Amino acid sequence: MVSNTSWMRNREGMGIWEHRGKVAVVGWGQSHMDRRWDGATLDRSCGGLTKEACLKAIADAGLSLGDIDGLITSPETRAEQTWAPRPYFDPPYDTEDGLTYTSSEWIQRELGLKNVKYLKSDAPYIGPMMGLAAQAVGDGLCETALVWYPMVNLEGRYGHNNPQNINEEAPGNSAFSLPWGYQSGAMFNNLVVFLQYCQRYGKSHDGLADLCLNLRRNGLLTPWGYYAMHEPYQLTREDYLTGRVVEEPLVIYDCDRPVNTCAAFIFTTAERAKDLRQKPVYVLNHAQQGGRGRSTMATLDEHQEAVASMARKMWEGSGLGPQDVDIFNPYDGYLTFTQQFLEGFQWHGVKWGEAHDFYADDIRVEGPHPFLSSGGNSGTGRNRAVLFADSIQQLRGTAGARQVTVRADTALAGCNTPDSNGFIMFSQHPS
Amino acid sequence: MSTIPGLDRPAPVPNDLTKPFWDACNERRLVLQNCTACERLHYPPTQRCDNCSSADNLEWKEVQGKGHIDVYMVIRDSRIRGFRSAQPINFAVITLDEDPGINFLSNLPGTPPGEVPVGAPVELIFESTSNGQLVHEWQVAT
Repeated sequence: MVSNTSWMRNREGMGIWEHRGKVAVVGWGQSHMDRRWDGATLDRSCGGLTKEACLKAIADAGLSLGDIDGLITSPETRAEQTWAPRPYFDPPYDTEDGLTYTSSEWIQRELGLKNVKYLKSDAPYIGPMMGLAAQAVGDGLCETALVWYPMVNLEGRYGHNNPQNINEEAPGNSAFSLPWGYQSGAMFNNLVVFLQYCQRYGKSHDGLADLCLNLRRNGLLTPWGYYAMHEPYQLTREDYLTGRVVEEPLVIYDCDRPVNTCAAFIFTTAERAKDLRQKPVYVLNHAQQGGRGRSTMATLDEHQEAVASMARKMWEGSGLGPQDVDIFNPYDGYLTFTQQFLEGFQWHGVKWGEAHDFYADDIRVEGPHPFLSSGGNSGTGRNRAVLFADSIQQLRGTAGARQVTVRADTALAGCNTPDSNGFIMFSQHPS
Repeated sequence: MSTIPGLDRPAPVPNDLTKPFWDACNERRLVLQNCTACERLHYPPTQRCDNCSSADNLEWKEVQGKGHIDVYMVIRDSRIRGFRSAQPINFAVITLDEDPGINFLSNLPGTPPGEVPVGAPVELIFESTSNGQLVHEWQVAT
């Protein structure tokens, strides 16, 4: 049953997932993507974009509104600037719900969904949420779930108006980090771990350049992505190596660019998926990783063990191994932690400390090692959903200019960071 | 205030769990929780031991205040208001000599930004914050 965290597959030793191959993704919809919401255009508000993405996903699946009986979303939309003086509008845009987040109740009402029996508006971020959706359908809480994930970006410098960052005091646990300039979020601790990585394996920040450039290239092959639409040019190595320094050695191109958008997916049973419009993309397993390090900063050893444990859970639950994964879309926002996933899952045989050499090899989508064929957040803007969307498209054979030339029978996607994430294994085949 | 020009650190606000720690800082002492059941140090403070899960055997123990610089970065574009006037500023991770599994943060007062001797020994100092609360800091050992 989906309640609290009991739905999670967050321990080793749980065996093959009980719903392996019995749940499928049959629809995907992506809204328009802007850099920011202008605070006025309602069909580009969080609610407006969510409606657009959901209707596209339903149409993509060949379903009708009456087929949807489950609604799942996350409140984590990253709209840190909800404080901003901003008018409310006529209903349904008369509260934050619809403007900076979109609850299940809001979308149920706005789309006129009459047959919903399962609503969840407090799912975690998209990595674990995709697993939650698969589990909910597998457990029979609903037959056909509409799942969406908006990422919102308002005016103002990102994070500068987060209450924690303008407070003169540091309450609770922040008292042990904020007084030294530690910023919450994925940037600082993962940069510390990256520096430990470079120290241990004799690597440097420059080793991320090839990954950055290829992700931008893949992003430019994604028609709806931020860069393809708004800044359609490739970066150069010189751009990367001389990029504006944010927290040395981290440069601006290591950071995923906040955008304003929404993606939606349709999960249903394998049985129901048989006669729908799209070729089903079956779910073979989902798994989650949580926890924190022993002390103030998590360490490289702790992150490596966390990813290794996640990999063991994924292999155990799916019945697959590293050699079986064709498409691999782990999280890349920030670029400084992506190597932990590549090495921890041993994709294409990459071992600890070898990621930078792998990046310098041929990782283009048309090459033998099409790592992060999605372009990730780095190539398409900070939406996170592209990791899952590309995986689904690659297995359907509809990835267009990004379609890989190697086998695309299985795909593994997940986010967020090495010590806190959720992954899902997709396959063209239910077993 | 900090000895680093322009730095206005957010001031720690003690709670029931952390008050002994911050009181000790005001006495220029560094104390950590030690689980007497399994002899494991804890920092930041915790409600129960992360090794043996014991909640009844955590006692405050003074440590020597010797450490080493593990890694560092340089903050150049902080989101935290009190740091923006102090940029660029070092941000280092310090491991405690008595237990390298314990780490602290430091801005390394006295070390120019970007000129951090990774691996060097450091020693404990204390700096004041806006509400008078002292915080533990580290400087390269002389």
